[in-house]
Amino acid sequence: MLEFILHSVGSTVLRLLQYVGQLAFLARETAISIRVAPLRWGLLLRQLAEIGFRSQLVVVVTGAFTGAVFSAQTYFQFHRLGMDSAVGAVVAVSLFRELGPVLTALMLSGRVGASIAAEIGTMKVTEQIEALRALGVHPIDYLIVPRILALIISTPLLVAECIGLGIGAGYLVATQVLGVSKAYYLTNMLSFTTGRDIKMALIKGFAFAGLIGFIACEEGLKTSQGAAGVGRAPTQAVVIASLVILISNFFLSFLLNIFFPAGTY
Amino acid sequence: MIYVTDLHKKLGEQQVLSGISLNITRGQTHVILGRSGCGKSVLLKHLVGLLQPDSGKIVIDGEDIANLRERQLGRIRKRVGILFQSGALFDSMSAAENIAFPLREAGIKDEEVIRQKVAEALEMVDLGGEQEKMPENLSGGMRKRLGLARTIVSRPACILYDEPTTGLDPIATDSINRLIRRLQKRLNATSVVVTHDMKTAFHTADRIAFLHEGRIYFDGTPKELLAAKDPILVDFIEGRSTESEE
Repeated sequence: MLEFILHSVGSTVLRLLQYVGQLAFLARETAISIRVAPLRWGLLLRQLAEIGFRSQLVVVVTGAFTGAVFSAQTYFQFHRLGMDSAVGAVVAVSLFRELGPVLTALMLSGRVGASIAAEIGTMKVTEQIEALRALGVHPIDYLIVPRILALIISTPLLVAECIGLGIGAGYLVATQVLGVSKAYYLTNMLSFTTGRDIKMALIKGFAFAGLIGFIACEEGLKTSQGAAGVGRAPTQAVVIASLVILISNFFLSFLLNIFFPAGTY
Repeated sequence: MIYVTDLHKKLGEQQVLSGISLNITRGQTHVILGRSGCGKSVLLKHLVGLLQPDSGKIVIDGEDIANLRERQLGRIRKRVGILFQSGALFDSMSAAENIAFPLREAGIKDEEVIRQKVAEALEMVDLGGEQEKMPENLSGGMRKRLGLARTIVSRPACILYDEPTTGLDPIATDSINRLIRRLQKRLNATSVVVTHDMKTAFHTADRIAFLHEGRIYFDGTPKELLAAKDPILVDFIEGRSTESEE
């Protein structure tokens, strides 16, 4: 029994390490490609439109409704303690430090991660990636670099958009629906939100962009077994990316809090 | 042109190639015959660096490509083109965009030059005027022709064909066989054709190699193959299974 447990734990850890190694290898190849190969601007712009521009609706809706409901729930609790004026600060700091980056990343892993894994996976099983190689085109240059760069450029901007809409919606709900004083709401929000919160949000957005991109590309590149494999690749990409975002967010929050401590002091 | 020496390759637990040695002469069509799953396509992919051998040498125009890195293989792949069994067309691009792809990647910017070269390549494979069609709207034979047009548009010195007639009806098969022969004459390209189709082999070959159990079992002219008395060769040529009916 003990042997079985040790074997199961050991093989899981080995598989995990192997996966991390594969991601690190892909990241290294991508870094080499960015350094040595000419950037395909057309492909980058196309990916920016696909990943950045076309993800706005989902990010905006997520940010706005999360901010609105979070503001309302915070008000319901704080109102009993007579702390209505603190609602703005709590909503803004939470959105900057946690909710904005994490929700944006989760939405992107669903919308963009799945699409990247499915597209690259289909190209893999239909020999299109081998055709690229046979035509002297490195698949990392052509497929991976434009997607990773587009994600890294777009995600922090989408995080900012999500937070902005969340704060705006939270403000409207608190002040227009629940009757919190506009002046207190804004004053407390501005005095408790600092540049450190903004930096934390953008750094998390940048980190999550890399995770989503490399996980989705890796799942696409290792697709095999035809249609069944293509069906599995996006599911795997979304599940793995979502779990990694949630777990890494916990550690990132502690790490970044050392450099960008919460609060005004 | 291409010299393969003592090539070994294992895929998973299976030893696919067990010491292949083969010389492919410039300007000739060399057919590699063998049963399905005997490693013909694996051998072909080694010739363009899509697979790396476990050991052995693959020398193309004096350069051993066996241990070149992916980025170093780019210059070899400009001289050696491959037609994949499925065509491997880029399904998000039209026929013209597929053919223009290697030209754009080679740095050709003049759209008029690209348009002319695309039209010429399509003419050569008898697909003139099909520029705007998407791969999904083409038949199996047309997809192979389009794949071939994309391969030849940058005029490689050597063309590799991976099962060019598999899955085609007899008329389309004959048409592709004639096309391979015609292109070989017109472009004076060295051709390597992997097939298990005897008609394709005898129609296109200057030399035929027979792959059996991971080795080159026979290498000679089509006449020499026809005259062979070896039971393994005879069974294959006559399409005779050694299994009993009971």
